[in-house]
Amino acid sequence: MTETKKQKKVRQESSGPVGQNATVSSRIFDVLNYVILTLIAFTTILPFIYIIGASFATEYELATRPMFIIPRDVTLDAYRYIFSSNKIASAFGNSIFITFFGTLINLFFTVTMAYAISKTRLRGRNFFLNMVIFSMFFSGGMIPSYIVIANILSLKDTYWSVLLPGAISAYNMMIVKNFFQGIPQELEESASIDGCNDIGILWKIVLPLSLPVLATFGLFYAVGHWNAYFGAMIYMSGAREKWPLQVLLREIIILANASAGDLNAMDPNFVQPPEQSIKMAVIVVSTVPIMCIYPFLQKYFVKGVMVGALKG
Amino acid sequence: MSKKREQNKAVYGTGKRYWERLRSDLIRDKWLYLLLFPGLVYFLVFKYLPMWGLVIAFENYVPYSGVLGSQWVGWKWFEYFFKFPSWTRYLTNTLILSVMNIVFYFPAPIILALLLNEMRSLRYKKILQTLLYVPHFISIVIVVSITFVIFGSSGIVYKLTEQLLGHSINYLGSPDTFRWMIIGQTIWKETGWGTIIFLAALTNVDTQLYEAAMVDGAGRLRRLWHITLPAIRSTIVLMLILRMGSMLDTGYDHLILMANALNRSASQTLDVFVYQQGIQQGQYSYAAAIGLMKSIVSVILVVSSNKIAHAMGEQGLY
Repeated sequence: MTETKKQKKVRQESSGPVGQNATVSSRIFDVLNYVILTLIAFTTILPFIYIIGASFATEYELATRPMFIIPRDVTLDAYRYIFSSNKIASAFGNSIFITFFGTLINLFFTVTMAYAISKTRLRGRNFFLNMVIFSMFFSGGMIPSYIVIANILSLKDTYWSVLLPGAISAYNMMIVKNFFQGIPQELEESASIDGCNDIGILWKIVLPLSLPVLATFGLFYAVGHWNAYFGAMIYMSGAREKWPLQVLLREIIILANASAGDLNAMDPNFVQPPEQSIKMAVIVVSTVPIMCIYPFLQKYFVKGVMVGALKG
Repeated sequence: MSKKREQNKAVYGTGKRYWERLRSDLIRDKWLYLLLFPGLVYFLVFKYLPMWGLVIAFENYVPYSGVLGSQWVGWKWFEYFFKFPSWTRYLTNTLILSVMNIVFYFPAPIILALLLNEMRSLRYKKILQTLLYVPHFISIVIVVSITFVIFGSSGIVYKLTEQLLGHSINYLGSPDTFRWMIIGQTIWKETGWGTIIFLAALTNVDTQLYEAAMVDGAGRLRRLWHITLPAIRSTIVLMLILRMGSMLDTGYDHLILMANALNRSASQTLDVFVYQQGIQQGQYSYAAAIGLMKSIVSVILVVSSNKIAHAMGEQGLY
């Protein structure tokens, strides 16, 4: 006999820490728990709701009304303003460019190395593995990396300076490697009998089986690229036309707000603070892409974290 | 070690046979080595070359002369730092921020995970989780931007405090508020996401324990305290070890966004120092020396906290 959905629900909810005995104190606990958690979740998203609402408000309303979620006069002025010059639009384009090609580079480097290292027959495999693991515990740090990228490789003010330095996350690579090791050997062997070499096997057999894993890490890498600002800030400081959105955002909201004499205000590109609603609109525009992929992220990220937690 | 060598000999043969075998293996796996090549180059260039570049901490590095051509100065930069009267301020700022992080942020995901675990309705729990994970995916620049818009002098919180207290609080430009702003942002951004690892550990709790405790008349809080919390004890210890290892890391990408001239006395941590000296002022060798010292102390911290965990009977990190 199969259990109905309702029965299953009852079973799940009655076992575990909750229990099925609805004593008074247990009920009070439940009510408090619901209230506290709802408040916490509300606090988490309240800033977003406020910013979205305020970005559609007029400057006058923002200055006079102490607090509101839905503006009295809805206006698109702030959005019209930020898209009137192509500053934001071009930074948006740069961010998309960096995210797209950065993620492709990430996946290429991660998958090729993970596949090679997943083969136990590979001579020198332990050496390569230890090399990767050691880099997870010790690193040269900010300054030597800067010297390698800016002075030795001369990548300053090029897109390569943000695309290449993070090409492989050692942690992600190890998880992908573990996944490849879990694929049945027989599938690959049959292909090699058919005359496929290792690259052919990776492309025709292994990758089609790993699409969910590729999606998970692709999304993680993509979010990382979209959100990154530090690399672009220090390596592309002289190439404003290549700036991604995050660096521009830092300039127009954070630097513009800071007082003179600030450590950041030594920046030669100091700009005047824009109006409040425009800042809000810029924040909304930079957050929208993340919100668009959030449903996909949510589908995969818990899985990704779990794989990492179990095997990493 | 020698046992392993014996095994290798048995598998691969010795002398001439060994080299023949190696050659044929390398030829057999030529495509695998080709696949390995890009990643190998990546690790050598972007991970190991900077490690070698740490020698500049003992040099007077000038970009024009390069790492090999610069003058060797030995321990000069380390001595220079400790002669510098306010070096203790950088260290104390770092430690205060780390301790505040452990005291106020560290327990937050644990408490939240315990509360979520007590949810009766699984559907509502899912909805709450969906909302709570959102800030993790928002960039730190946006988090700080939102803070500036809300706490800045034309922001809603700034105005409300002015009305409620009768005087204003300079949230963004004062050393007294700086650390609380940093901790607050961290709690807001990472608490929800931090619950995942604890919730995963909680799924392994044997439900029979709860039933047995109920028969014995244990209420919700007692079950939480005596069953649920001990079940995630080793996860908590593990996370604490990881946190101890990064005791000296204050997150430079977060801090340099919040740091300014007015909150300088609280915002200057070792990370900020490395960034300001190295990237902003071009004192590469000096900054690299401080960075090197930080990395070495971090490794010592991880190893010793792991030892403590073993002594406490926990599994630890390794």
